[in-house]
Amino acid sequence: MADTTHLEAHATGHDGAASHDHHTPTGWRRYVYSTNHKDIGVMYLVFAIIAGIVGGLLSGFMRMELQEPGIQIFNGLASMVYGINGDPSIDAGKHMYNVFTTAHALIMIFFMVMPATVGGFGNYFAPLMIGAPDTAFPRINNIAFWLLPPAFILLLMSFFFAGPDGANMNGTGGGWTIYPPLSTTGQPGPAMDFAILALHVAGISSILGAINLITTIFNMRAPGMTIHKMPLFVWSILVTAFLLLLALPVLAGGITMLLTDRNCGTAFFKSDQGGDPVLFQHLFWFFGHPEVYIMILPGFGIVSHIISTFSRKPVFGYLAMAYAMVAIGFVGFVVWAHHMYTTGLSLDVQRYFVAATMVIAVPTGVKIFSWIATMWGGSITFKTPMLWAIGFIFLFTVGGVTGVVLANAGADRVLHDTYYVVAHFHYVLSLGAVFSIFAGWYYWFPKMFGYMYKETLGKIHFWSMFIGVNLVFFPQHFLGLAGMPRRYIDYPDAFGMWNRVSSIGYYITFVSMLIFFYATWEAFRAKRPAGDSPWGDGATTLEWTLSSPPPFHQFSTLPKIDSTNVH
Amino acid sequence: MAVYRGFSVTGQFKKRLGAVAAAALSFVPVVAWAQETAPVESGSQPLPGEYALQRSVTPIMDSIVAFHNGILLWMCGLIVALVLGLIIVVAVRFNAKANPVPSKTTHNTLVEILWTVLPIIVLIVIAIPSFGVLSDQLTTPDGQRKYLGHDIFSFGDVDVPAPGLTVKATGNQWYWNYEYVDQGKAFDSNILGEPKDGYVQAVKPGQPRLLAVDNELVVPVDTTVRVQVTADPSGVIHAFAVPSFGIKIDAVPGRLNETWFNSRETGIFYGQCSELCGKDHAFMPIAVRVVTKDEFTAFMAAFESSGDYAVANATLAAVK
Repeated sequence: MADTTHLEAHATGHDGAASHDHHTPTGWRRYVYSTNHKDIGVMYLVFAIIAGIVGGLLSGFMRMELQEPGIQIFNGLASMVYGINGDPSIDAGKHMYNVFTTAHALIMIFFMVMPATVGGFGNYFAPLMIGAPDTAFPRINNIAFWLLPPAFILLLMSFFFAGPDGANMNGTGGGWTIYPPLSTTGQPGPAMDFAILALHVAGISSILGAINLITTIFNMRAPGMTIHKMPLFVWSILVTAFLLLLALPVLAGGITMLLTDRNCGTAFFKSDQGGDPVLFQHLFWFFGHPEVYIMILPGFGIVSHIISTFSRKPVFGYLAMAYAMVAIGFVGFVVWAHHMYTTGLSLDVQRYFVAATMVIAVPTGVKIFSWIATMWGGSITFKTPMLWAIGFIFLFTVGGVTGVVLANAGADRVLHDTYYVVAHFHYVLSLGAVFSIFAGWYYWFPKMFGYMYKETLGKIHFWSMFIGVNLVFFPQHFLGLAGMPRRYIDYPDAFGMWNRVSSIGYYITFVSMLIFFYATWEAFRAKRPAGDSPWGDGATTLEWTLSSPPPFHQFSTLPKIDSTNVH
Repeated sequence: MAVYRGFSVTGQFKKRLGAVAAAALSFVPVVAWAQETAPVESGSQPLPGEYALQRSVTPIMDSIVAFHNGILLWMCGLIVALVLGLIIVVAVRFNAKANPVPSKTTHNTLVEILWTVLPIIVLIVIAIPSFGVLSDQLTTPDGQRKYLGHDIFSFGDVDVPAPGLTVKATGNQWYWNYEYVDQGKAFDSNILGEPKDGYVQAVKPGQPRLLAVDNELVVPVDTTVRVQVTADPSGVIHAFAVPSFGIKIDAVPGRLNETWFNSRETGIFYGQCSELCGKDHAFMPIAVRVVTKDEFTAFMAAFESSGDYAVANATLAAVK
């Protein structure tokens, strides 16, 4: 049956493309007016790469600054930007450092990881995997993407407007968590308004994208593809889209209250007028905690397929894998205050959040062990995507166990707001989510573009990045245990050694990213045809039944899914 | 060797469940290393190249160190080692050369139940001491309640007296203000040293850069100190933290948070602001100087009669 589906879909795909050729737009119209989920997906990926370059360079300045004790980079940057010297440049540099940390986080979260996973891979592959010709609302898809560049530009514009009071204090330096009063009375200038509006626009984009994906997945599955036959990546996108739909309005509400506190005289978060700054933290983290699962869940889906494909074995415990994601998504909504153990929550409240948070470790453990069980008994080839996927499993485990440490409010007391937290969330995101993105990139690159990348380059990219990012983030556990607080431009000299190691790791990662860009450029230049299904018989999902790249419109005749296992 | 002291407190200790944790703890190389390199002089601050928790001088930090080094660190290490080990086994046994024909197994009810139930058991083992450690932190002593200290699997065997002193720490942009609440005496505490050529220079010799302050918070040893923490009502959120005491609590405008510590050693203990508060977030350290009870009495008498922190501070031996 698999073969018939293959031929059928293949043939209809080409026929469809041929008969619709006159509809295929060209030039800039193809992209700006695009209602094609694949073109929009590719645009999301390109956008994510551009944003990732910006966000990655920002962190480079931070690591250069932290390489040695003292302030040596940002005073120079402030000198160049504002034309000042001496102590004023040091002061301006201190604020600029906060601006960079804030922007690094916001860019990497809202403009790199989310566009890459949900927007890019989600848009491109969720419809293909369920055998749909396109998404349910192609025009919403278009506007969802095209809201992102303006949002990004708003955020970049905030760099050039006044933040806190005082001369040479441009940009918003309140951290990505934008806690008031630092984000209200602490930074009265328009920079914070720009950042808030950027989040609003990016949020609208994500909500629209989520509506589109949920509707598509619920209504446009090919005949025979029941919900329990959906590929795990589609499951992961479905859960992620629900998290987006439920979490982002809360953020939107919170930052709207911030906006009116700043500009319209309200006092939601002003303690001297009856408000409460901690209220914002609750609202923020009610969004913020699901947000971290929004970033990692699509990675779970991607990794499941890659592990299965290169082990030539179906996913182990499919239903448990799918419902583990649902459970993670559900419990993810009721653990938010574990980010707030030091705000003065009562003992009972902290006890509840400790217990609820630790529960998440169980479905996460199910996923880790199921991936290993998928490989167990398999016939594994270690192609580049597989290396990234296995790297993901290992690094996500490291980030997961430190998450269990931090879940305990008693231990979090000494670790909260230290580099231990920075190490933890970079292990699950910068190493976890980003590794899953690279895994997906190498896995689907031949499908999306029709060309094969050079295997050696992909492997060099993997190993150099694996070494680099571990060198960046593992020593940060030590710094956190020893008590180095986050968001510090300068630190006591005792922290110098591990900070230097961490910065060296950044340079290795930087070189690794250059290898990535070269490998991508090389693949497009060499134009090695990839073939429709380059990964062999382990790749069973529907996208591999199409040509590479898939036709402009696919599945004009819907594929039929028979009763055999297709996940 | 603070970590080991607690384990020899009582003869019945080994009968307790905590024996497991104790055995584990004494083999953690990280802990041993950190203890050996702890400075002989008093006080605590991060040490060069340190890769473990700072030295403990309070019952609360004792329990945090025991919990982290005795349980959590082992949990982390063993789980990561297990996953890494399984990945290596899989890579060796089930690569395409070693195993050309893949199995089609997709379910095994027994192992699926095992890898759901076993993590739950591990989490329960973590949760039991976790709740105890947490409860100690958030319960201000009344003189009756027993605290865990090192022995986190006990029902508490450390006596802590009711608070003998109340201080109020107020976070400002960017310095701390301390008030002896019952005595009605307050003073500001600013970082020592001015930014110069991108470097905040330490001016008291021997005192750590970025940690030393002009006016330390002076408190007596072996006394429970209640710390009320808030922030300038028109300012932003800060956080008061001293790692060696195991305390960290946000200073929120309009709120009065409370924590406590009881240091068993004299010396200067350093902490840093732990909630982003703007430009000089990294430059508002916390320094608590723990002195003997006699010294503190003299200090407070001088402070109350003169109203001047500098005069009161002159009663103490100069900081070396």
